[in-house]
Amino acid sequence: MKKQYETVIGLEVHVELATKTKIFCGCSTAFGAAPNTHTCPVCTGMPGSLPVLNRQVVEYAMAIGLATNCEITRVCKFDRKNYFYPDNPQNYQISQLYLPIARNGYVEIETGNTVKKIRIHEMHMEEDAGKLIHDEWDDTSLVDYNRSGVPLVEIVSEPDMRSSKEVIAYLEKLRQIIQYLGASDCKLQEGSMRADVNLSVREAGSETFGTRTEMKNLNSFKAIARAIEGERARQIELLEEGRPVIQETRRWDDNKESSYAMRSKEDAQDYRYFPEPDLVPIVISEEWIARVRSRQPELRSEKLKRYRKEFDIPQYDAEILTESKSMADLFEAATALCQKPKKVSNWLMGETMRLMKENGMEPEDLKFSPENLARLVCLTEKGVINSSVAKEVFEKIFHEDINPEVYVEEQGLKTVNDEGALRETLKKVIAENPQAVADYRGGKEKALGALVGQTMKMMKGKANPGMVNQMLREMLQ
Amino acid sequence: MELLDLTAVELGKKIRQREVSAAEAVEAVFARAETAEPLLHSYVTFNREDALAQAEEVQKKIIAGELTGPLAGVPVAVKDNLCIAGELTTCSSKILSDYRPTYTAEAVRNLQRSGAVILGKTNMDEFAMGSTTETSWYGPTRNPHHPEHVPGGSSGGSCAAVAAQECFYALGSDTGGSIRQPSSFCGVVGLKPTYGTVSRYGLIAYGSSLDQIGPITKDAADCAAVLEAIASYDEKDSTSIRREDLHFTEALTEDVKGLRIGIPADYFGEGLDEEVAEAIRAAANILEEQGAVVERFHLSLVDYAIPAYYVIASAEASSNLERFDGVKYGYRTADYDGLHNMYKKTRSEGFGAEVKRRIMLGSFVLSSGYYDAYYLKALKTKALIKQAFDQAFEKYDLLLGPTAPTTAPLLGESLCDPLKMYLGDIYTIAVNLAGLPGMAVPVGRDQNGLPIGMQLIGNHFQEKILLRAAYTYECATNRQFEKPADIEKLQETCREKTVRNTVEKKEEVSAGKEVQAR
Amino acid sequence: MANKISDEVMDYVGILAKLELSGQEKEAAKKDMEKMLDYIDTLNELDTSGVEPMSHVLPVQNVFREDVVTNGDNKEETLGNAPLRKDDYFEVPKTIG
Repeated sequence: MKKQYETVIGLEVHVELATKTKIFCGCSTAFGAAPNTHTCPVCTGMPGSLPVLNRQVVEYAMAIGLATNCEITRVCKFDRKNYFYPDNPQNYQISQLYLPIARNGYVEIETGNTVKKIRIHEMHMEEDAGKLIHDEWDDTSLVDYNRSGVPLVEIVSEPDMRSSKEVIAYLEKLRQIIQYLGASDCKLQEGSMRADVNLSVREAGSETFGTRTEMKNLNSFKAIARAIEGERARQIELLEEGRPVIQETRRWDDNKESSYAMRSKEDAQDYRYFPEPDLVPIVISEEWIARVRSRQPELRSEKLKRYRKEFDIPQYDAEILTESKSMADLFEAATALCQKPKKVSNWLMGETMRLMKENGMEPEDLKFSPENLARLVCLTEKGVINSSVAKEVFEKIFHEDINPEVYVEEQGLKTVNDEGALRETLKKVIAENPQAVADYRGGKEKALGALVGQTMKMMKGKANPGMVNQMLREMLQ
Repeated sequence: MELLDLTAVELGKKIRQREVSAAEAVEAVFARAETAEPLLHSYVTFNREDALAQAEEVQKKIIAGELTGPLAGVPVAVKDNLCIAGELTTCSSKILSDYRPTYTAEAVRNLQRSGAVILGKTNMDEFAMGSTTETSWYGPTRNPHHPEHVPGGSSGGSCAAVAAQECFYALGSDTGGSIRQPSSFCGVVGLKPTYGTVSRYGLIAYGSSLDQIGPITKDAADCAAVLEAIASYDEKDSTSIRREDLHFTEALTEDVKGLRIGIPADYFGEGLDEEVAEAIRAAANILEEQGAVVERFHLSLVDYAIPAYYVIASAEASSNLERFDGVKYGYRTADYDGLHNMYKKTRSEGFGAEVKRRIMLGSFVLSSGYYDAYYLKALKTKALIKQAFDQAFEKYDLLLGPTAPTTAPLLGESLCDPLKMYLGDIYTIAVNLAGLPGMAVPVGRDQNGLPIGMQLIGNHFQEKILLRAAYTYECATNRQFEKPADIEKLQETCREKTVRNTVEKKEEVSAGKEVQAR
Repeated sequence: MANKISDEVMDYVGILAKLELSGQEKEAAKKDMEKMLDYIDTLNELDTSGVEPMSHVLPVQNVFREDVVTNGDNKEETLGNAPLRKDDYFEVPKTIG
């Protein structure tokens, strides 16, 4: 029989901070600019240029450190990490090794019914690298330094996770905290949140850790889950065959669902860290910490409490809505406009979630405005459209953010409330369905439903179902 | 040539009074450079047309009353590790031989705001690594006082240019003595300010925690005026310091009464040339005669400054010079096979031997397993050296000693034994480690006619004390040791001794309009 | 306590520093490095226990810029010195594969 193995996982999570400018110069961090337009002597490593630290980077890092229960390092410094690579214009990265800004924190994750603490070893500030584009045709690489110098924090966890489920829960938790702080948008596909997975396996019950590998290039939660399963299987296979796991960095290829070792003899992985002489120490006072804390936006637990007080929605709804800050923001904005929290919640919990799942989207990807959702709620509340029409209109809002008032008007989707027109249709339905009429009159309540259905069909869904029901009963008496 | 004998401040005054125009001053130094350059090779780039254009602009502003400062219209030479937008800035290295920065160093911008006319860029040891200006890829500079000797380094080109009157003053940089030692060897005044006084923005870094830009001038008054012009708080340099008092010219008073001067006895030990020692003692006596209280004392830790320096400077340099890789600017090797081969060939071909030596040493001391033993140990030594100076400045206002153990060595003598060359920096290096201001002032000549300089060391921010002592000394000695080099005599010597008509220029350099020094 | 540097160490440092020294250069560099390290080892004569390593000699701290965009499109300046440029990118030998 095969042995039982336990997977031991620690994460290094990189998060791009939501500052307007880069960490050491006044270049914009805006995503998607034309190549090398957001560059200057500092972020392209021109000789003689010098870095000056962006205050907002320190404050975002402090806020994340505080929200993840870390100790803030009162005197922290930057160090240089030296390695040659074309996306790294100085061939050293300004980072923190010896005195990182935050240490010894934790976050709590929930999987199933259990709550577990994942400890955070340390968190440091550093600069991002540029982007390399591989020109397959010419067999060369092209460098764009727009991203070079965008501020990052790297959050290093302890090896406290045991499954891909826990890893995803931890990442979702971090993302939720950081989004709530407004410190980053944490979009995996744009690279503003990236995770490297350190993984080892050991026989169940063992106290010592196995040899770990580091997995890079993981661009989605799904890729992370697949990479973890893949690497676990690879390491177990090695162990079963009596071969050693080699400590190395591996690159995950999500298309091939396999990884390969990145190491070459030219990568000594000896970073020769030393204190950055061009930057001075950061001394963080008690007052500064208090100031950052007081400016901290409402976090999820506080939001949950407020929802219970302010809005008449079930606890379950409040929990789901506040899971992501963008969803909660959408909820609050739409509710403020239409004053119908439960209705707004229903749209978000129901149709929105269904369509997101269908389209493989995250809450951050939602494009529609709270105004149009609020308009839709008002239209249904006033009975201008019925619920099946509303669903159809919502799909339009979801995908194209149309104005439902205009759309309903243009498409002629208003519910018909005109008694005369309805009476004509009902007469027709009664005449055409003698059997159902007889059944109803014979006491079969169910038969009424069939007649209502027929009526709605003839009116192309635009009739008010309540009115149809009531008039049918009258006419059949 | 009377015009050339003027100091920068004297010339500035004549320009303001319309006795001389800025263009005339440029033409005068250019005529001198035409004679001197073939013998000395002080410049890497000398740009006559551009200098004349600047002179014309500056002259207009002087006439319009927009420029009224002491240096308006005065021609200056700039060390080739200071960036000037659009101008070749090579660090005397092959790897930057075609590099034109997109921006101008803050210190140079400050000079431009003061109405300086920039003549060109001066030769130096490659990336400021050296004590002789022989490691320049463009070939060595010669000492204007004796063509078979080096001018010192790394700011050898700047110091030679001032001594030979090829400019009225110059900017240098000093990481371990690179302003003070060549100033001493060339018989000019050079000052390394307190770390953080002059912005390093645009200075191509060697050892970032030690580098400072400073003036190289004909006398103390010029030195004060230039320092006043270049010193500023700069928000682009995080290590820049907000100083309240930058009015250095106010210090030019003839008064050292009661000034407590300490002479480190440890600076007069083994290895110090007797002629140098004698000149320094004489200089101390003169200040004593002027009313200073001179006392010998034990500074301690002197022998540990050089090893600590070479660990720190090499480590920082190994990192600072990583950016020269053939990707973004500068030289890239012609043939390569893949990325890492491109890096290695570019850097191996682009850097000279001394630079490679220090990069190797620096990379080694930072490599895995050695950091604590070398780098951390050096930083602790630095802390102790700083403490030793702190104790000294509790008792003294000023320290006085030699700048270098000897006068300028012969060309070719130093590079064959690097360690010996490094030992020549024994009196200057500790000043950089402790971030202190230090100044070299000419105080004599040896039997070969080579200049000897004393070094004045002050506590942090005490440049004024240095300037006051130097000025008082100059007045007391009637500036007899600050005489410029005799270029006609130099020409004769060269003919007599058939000194090889120096300095072959490497040919790959210099496209464009620049008149390259030859 | 004379330091001995092996060829392997020289090659390793060459990989770190991206320098490829010729046979002769390497021998000379090795000798120089050994000599320098012997000299540097004299620091061990100093008792530095309890001494705080000093990286910055002046007590400057908390120097920041505000988070305001000050730079515009600097593409042409940035690319102006490129040894090899393709369109608006720096071109380098292929980095993966």
